Amino acid sequence: MGDYIGLIISCIFVNNILLMQYLGNCPFLGVSKKMETAVGMTGGVIFVLVMAGAATWLVEYALLKPFDVQYLRTLAFILVIATLVQFVEMYLKKSIPTLYAGLGIYLPLITTNCAVLGVCFININEEYSFVQTLVSSFAYPAGFGLALILFAAVRERILLARVPKPLRETSIGLVTAGMMSLAFYAFKGMA
Amino acid sequence: MAKSVFREFTKGLWTEVPPYRLVLGLCPTLAMTKQVDMGFGMGLAVTFVLVGSNVLISLLRRVIPKNVRIACFIVVVATFVIVVELLMQAYTYELFLKMGIFIPLIVVNCIPLGRAEAFCYKNGVLRSFADGLGMGLGYTISLTILAVIREVFGNGTFFNQPISFLGPTFQPYAFMVTAPGAFVFLGLMLCVMNMLGKK
Repeated sequence: MGDYIGLIISCIFVNNILLMQYLGNCPFLGVSKKMETAVGMTGGVIFVLVMAGAATWLVEYALLKPFDVQYLRTLAFILVIATLVQFVEMYLKKSIPTLYAGLGIYLPLITTNCAVLGVCFININEEYSFVQTLVSSFAYPAGFGLALILFAAVRERILLARVPKPLRETSIGLVTAGMMSLAFYAFKGMA
Repeated sequence: MAKSVFREFTKGLWTEVPPYRLVLGLCPTLAMTKQVDMGFGMGLAVTFVLVGSNVLISLLRRVIPKNVRIACFIVVVATFVIVVELLMQAYTYELFLKMGIFIPLIVVNCIPLGRAEAFCYKNGVLRSFADGLGMGLGYTISLTILAVIREVFGNGTFFNQPISFLGPTFQPYAFMVTAPGAFVFLGLMLCVMNMLGKK
């Protein structure tokens, strides 16, 4: 049990996917202008990544490894994720329209979110067991969400500040992200 | 005709240079500019994938049905990424290990997919080739410039070789090679590009 708690803390804080591993920066800068969209994106990424983590783990150990075609991993994983996202979208639209109304517009964006594919690769490279895969597939996007929501809150304040013209938009966003990353950098000695 | 092809090529080098003007492919820009060889290698890998996928997609543009085009683009891009992955594993193994998961992640880098959707699906082979080559080289140059700044001042080395022109008392500014430094310096780089203007 202690191992899993250690894994969760390491995934959320020490190896924060966004600020320490540099994955998922496009949605980070894209949807962080408003708090609402940041929360929606976080929900979508957690939802998809738990399923994608499990699915890609099964594909790796049930298909790619026995047939010794691991060089096809990139192609297999991205197809699994793309199909999964499409299915989730169709299922939510039919069955849980309220959830679809909240998450719907973020789902297509998640296919090309490199945090999703990145975590699937990390799970395989670290040789996690199935349960560990599930835990890390939940904890990594939780860390992504934490950083994204904090950043959205900061960004709403930046809108009110007088920023020099060349630094506006993405530029000041990145510098702010650097400051946040510095805060997360302090966790580095922990695990 | 020749002039417009040339224009497609040069726009990738300055007016629409990724990742500064076209803010796509940020993750490798942050992660791979710690050292010059990583930045340069990443740029060339992306160039290879871009040129290959651009040409193939523009050849297939009349065959690919509109409804499933994104899925088709992903398959084409992923194929070229696998090719690059195997080539790097065979010829530049050390770099391959250093770059790690960022090589397969070229699939979701947005630049190849973005160009396929915005350009190749509507344009001919020659123009798509020029566009891919220009964008790829622009990306390589951008990454290399950022990597040179970060490696020289952050680590005191160039292509992993120690350099001496900064004098014996030079202390490396280690903040630049850490994760926070990556964000801050990419932000400042964007600011410099904004100041230089679109011309």
